Amino acid sequence: MYRGQLTTWVLALGLAAVPASLTWHETRALAAETSGDPDRLDRGAYLVRIMGCNHCHTPYKLGPHGPEPDMTRALTGHPADFNLSPATSGGDGWVWSGAATNTAFSGPWGVSFAANLTPDSETGLGKWTEDMFIATMKTGRHQGKGRQILPPMPYENLGNLSDEDIKSLFAYLQSLAPVRNRVPSPIDAPEVQR
Amino acid sequence: MRLRFATTALAAVLVAVVVSQQVSRAAAAAGAALDPEPLPQHLTETGLYASDSGSVVAPGVRQFLPQYPLWSDGMTKRRWIFLPKGTSINAASELAWQFPVGTKFWKEFRLNGRRIETRLSWKASATQWVMASYVWNEDGTDAVLAPAEGVNGVAEIAPGRRHSIPSRSDCSACHGTISMGPLGFNALQLSNDRDPNAIHGDPLGEGTLTLADLITENLLSPAPTHFIANPPRIRTSNPATRSVLGYLTANCMMCHSGGSDGTPLGPALAMGELLQDADAAARNLVGRPSSWQVPAAAEGHSVVVHPGSPDLSALFVRLRSRAPSSQMPPLGTVIRDQQAVDAIERWISSMR
Repeated sequence: MYRGQLTTWVLALGLAAVPASLTWHETRALAAETSGDPDRLDRGAYLVRIMGCNHCHTPYKLGPHGPEPDMTRALTGHPADFNLSPATSGGDGWVWSGAATNTAFSGPWGVSFAANLTPDSETGLGKWTEDMFIATMKTGRHQGKGRQILPPMPYENLGNLSDEDIKSLFAYLQSLAPVRNRVPSPIDAPEVQR
Repeated sequence: MRLRFATTALAAVLVAVVVSQQVSRAAAAAGAALDPEPLPQHLTETGLYASDSGSVVAPGVRQFLPQYPLWSDGMTKRRWIFLPKGTSINAASELAWQFPVGTKFWKEFRLNGRRIETRLSWKASATQWVMASYVWNEDGTDAVLAPAEGVNGVAEIAPGRRHSIPSRSDCSACHGTISMGPLGFNALQLSNDRDPNAIHGDPLGEGTLTLADLITENLLSPAPTHFIANPPRIRTSNPATRSVLGYLTANCMMCHSGGSDGTPLGPALAMGELLQDADAAARNLVGRPSSWQVPAAAEGHSVVVHPGSPDLSALFVRLRSRAPSSQMPPLGTVIRDQQAVDAIERWISSMR
């Protein structure tokens, strides 16, 4: 019951945050080539659009109507050249804070940075395999085997996708133009730095 | 006004996502590894013991002891295998055995003499290993199936650090579910040419199954009989290289193997090379670029092993760390293996 209400809340609010869905065609236009099954690529693009991947993996900029994803940097993750001061600590009921780009988040887990999802071989998903991507979505672990993926990445929700849908997502992401952007490593919370 | 709305809506979405993570974590973990049939609720029903006593091992269940044990935060472990009667292990690939359907492995974890958990790996079909853990009660009389999402903090293993029962999805993160299965049962780990300097290595006890036993009892097919006269070993004249690489085979190669079940990212070790020329395998780690930034290294100039400088070596820094974002191995341990850290520090320091 509780979970159902939350899901409804997330969906409703997700629909309210419309800038990314209005500009998904721009995302698709960045595809370097349409190798593979066109239906699969379309399905992947559709999933990226409705699941709000751009909300965290595309840096926000201030547009005429407020913050919006900068689709010239679609899905490139937290910008390596974006200077951040140390995150503010919580208190008085605050639990987490987010960067102006909406690609970096500070909370009880430390500081997390949205990954570069373009297929750049050194800084993105260029060396990833489809199996690794599926395992990552299913296990919530980096590369399917490594450290825990950090909030606010909703991998638990994505883990309920079918394998076919995850494959479509991967195919679409791999069709994007590779963009070199080395996202910082996460920063552990002070109490677990050892 | 519109700016305020957009910002508020975005923040609300993020908060909802963070909160919903906690709610759905268990459901996702449970859904990640579906079992072909209900697992027994009690360890005594899995075939490990001869009776309900939970102490006498059943006939046909054999104890084994890998020469290079996986670090499990200092817990003591015992391991057993059961092969269905009349079956044998397919050893057509001498270094990648395939087990018959019905094979079972168990691994018992003890802390200060008390049984904490016993894990089961069961080859339930030709294409699936099923993995689960059974949690012992305080007085050690019964072990009950752990939930699929695992159990956090079942026992304190050091001040402020607690041992957790892994989720089944974490089991499959290391073991896979299709082809990998057990990790500590192979030709090198069971070799009769035991490494006297193996880190945390224990002497073979009476009746412990070895590679030679498997060959002579026709439990490997085809039988790699040349391993009787020439048992596999990490081939190097340097005892430190042998023990360090042995440690890495047990603690790192489940991912860093470069094989179909391993990640293509990061450094990789190949069993065949270790058994042929371990010095060459070690050289492959030296100066190899690391995508993980070593804190003491210049930006973009991190390497896996920097000769003479452990603190500039990603392998050493990450093995020493127990911070979640950097520690290696990334799961299954919350306490540094100081004996291994010391050995690897000496090994890298000695390199020129």
